[in-house]
Amino acid sequence: MSIQVDHVTKRFGTFTVLNDVNLHVQSGELIALLGPSGCGKTTLLRILAGLERPDQGRIFLQGAEVTNQRITERQVGFVFQHYALFRHMTVADNVAFGLTVKPRAQRPSAARIQEKVRELLTLVQLQAMADRYPSQLSGGQRQRVALARALAVEPKLLLLDEPFGALDAKVRKELRRWLRRLHDELHITGILVTHDQEEALEVADRVVVMHQGNIEQIGTPDEVYENPATPFVYQFLGDVNVFHGRVSHGHVGKAEHHIASSEVESLSDEHEVTFVRPHDLELSLDRTTPAQLEATVQFINGAGARVHLELESKDSAEMIAVELTRERYRELKLQPGDVVFLYPKQLQVFRVPTT
Amino acid sequence: MNIILKQPSVLPGFSLALGFTLFYFCLIVLIPLSGLFVKTSGLSWDQFWNVITDPRAVASYKLTFGASLVGALINGVFGSIIAWVLVRYHFPGRSVVDALVDLPFALPTAVAGITLTSIYASNGWIGRYLEPLGIQVAFTPLGVLVALTFIGLPFVVRTVQPVLQDLDREVEEAATTLGANRWQTFWAVVVPELWPALLTGIAMAFARAVGEYGSVIFIAGNMPMKSEITPLLIMTKLEQYDYAGATALGVVMLVVSFVLALIINLLQWWSSARHMNQ
Repeated sequence: MSIQVDHVTKRFGTFTVLNDVNLHVQSGELIALLGPSGCGKTTLLRILAGLERPDQGRIFLQGAEVTNQRITERQVGFVFQHYALFRHMTVADNVAFGLTVKPRAQRPSAARIQEKVRELLTLVQLQAMADRYPSQLSGGQRQRVALARALAVEPKLLLLDEPFGALDAKVRKELRRWLRRLHDELHITGILVTHDQEEALEVADRVVVMHQGNIEQIGTPDEVYENPATPFVYQFLGDVNVFHGRVSHGHVGKAEHHIASSEVESLSDEHEVTFVRPHDLELSLDRTTPAQLEATVQFINGAGARVHLELESKDSAEMIAVELTRERYRELKLQPGDVVFLYPKQLQVFRVPTT
Repeated sequence: MNIILKQPSVLPGFSLALGFTLFYFCLIVLIPLSGLFVKTSGLSWDQFWNVITDPRAVASYKLTFGASLVGALINGVFGSIIAWVLVRYHFPGRSVVDALVDLPFALPTAVAGITLTSIYASNGWIGRYLEPLGIQVAFTPLGVLVALTFIGLPFVVRTVQPVLQDLDREVEEAATTLGANRWQTFWAVVVPELWPALLTGIAMAFARAVGEYGSVIFIAGNMPMKSEITPLLIMTKLEQYDYAGATALGVVMLVVSFVLALIINLLQWWSSARHMNQ
């Protein structure tokens, strides 16, 4: 089901949660709404489900306006962060709920409902748990039950509100891969709300980055990661080194820059901020060009696929994070206290208002 | 089979706490109650049977337990509605209404009885409009019901309210997104969650009503065989120095109340154990 969000604004009291938001989602896409808490992503999801009404703007599902339509008419499946299972019902009864509450004329026979429940529980790999109560399941299992329950009514659109937010890291990783495979099998339009950038980038076809009620950027995971449109997106999508100050000689976008840190030379009301990802910084033990920044190694964390270093800049005493491959780290034979020279392979400069 | 009373635990105090609990329970509850049975045993079995099956006594049991049960059920319905409104809606004066709920609890029962009587008497505020309709409340069994409903209300509201407060709204929203209408959501999702608390509230309102004396005697009219409650009958026997007869009736009330409380507890245990077992 395609979705069109048209100039939607929502306020709670004087606080604007969504500020004139526009979004188009194609049928069959899996979209991630990504942003920090309070950015309006959950509110947007609830508006799509019909759990909230927008103050202004319109919502179209499959080309038809549904702004004032009731939830039950929208054929939308909703998965809650804290599962919202019916705890006095067994797993099977939970999954069957959407079918048993249908009006008698549309309700499948009891045998058909049973069969459908079995199919769905097989899909979420919980066949053996049918007669258990939710309190007897783990968090990951509960969320799979919630998903099966939402899928039982064959929704055209699946909305997931931080579905893995309450689970521990390992289960979360497993479940989001499983969700991706499930989406590829079912071809159902899906919108996933998350504050976890890794989750959004891994699962979604397209990522919508939100901040303070506005959409900052919409794009594929590659696009938003490689070409962040705003400083916020750059910072939110991964670790970043921020150098306040300008890049001399005005050669923005080329590789020959001297990073003069912390010296805001600009007198206008805007200044330039340079963003560099930790893995885009090249280290060398000797100064090869005069444009390099001198720093001292403070801390080395060698756990993981990449080695994380913390350096202290010589000019400004600011901390700089660097990520090296293991090979490069071994080549350099770095020790805490060593003096190194930094060189950005890739950087991005934004002009921001001076505060 | 070994019964393990004490389980090893890092938190001390089990023996002391259990000992004190039993001691206190004996002092406050068991000793006075056994006194009741001891006093009654002054009667022979035949005398005892005659006292408790006296038609006047039987009529009073019917009224006491019947009106208490109906009153508790009425409170079950309307108390739940009041609790729902107090939890779910914000309106001016909400905290005042919330405080007023406790009034039947705090008011001296005699004051409540006199007030209700003056309102429902045939020349009272409400009684004067019910009179032409042929409904007489004061000095009839209906008056007893009104008084017993009045005093039981806080029990239901105060037991249901916290459960409603904790009730996850997402569960209701989930039911709605699955296509359930308001009515289906209420019966299939909300009521099962409230059920144990509601039963407790009804049981407490019932227990309170069975023992109620002060507010009822003013409005009941106390006509033997018609609007006389068992506590009043006990009082009458005491005034005639018929202590054994009074305690015999007390024993009947005690046993019936105990059996009813047990049944309600079992119901409650059964309804909450179903989904709480780990």
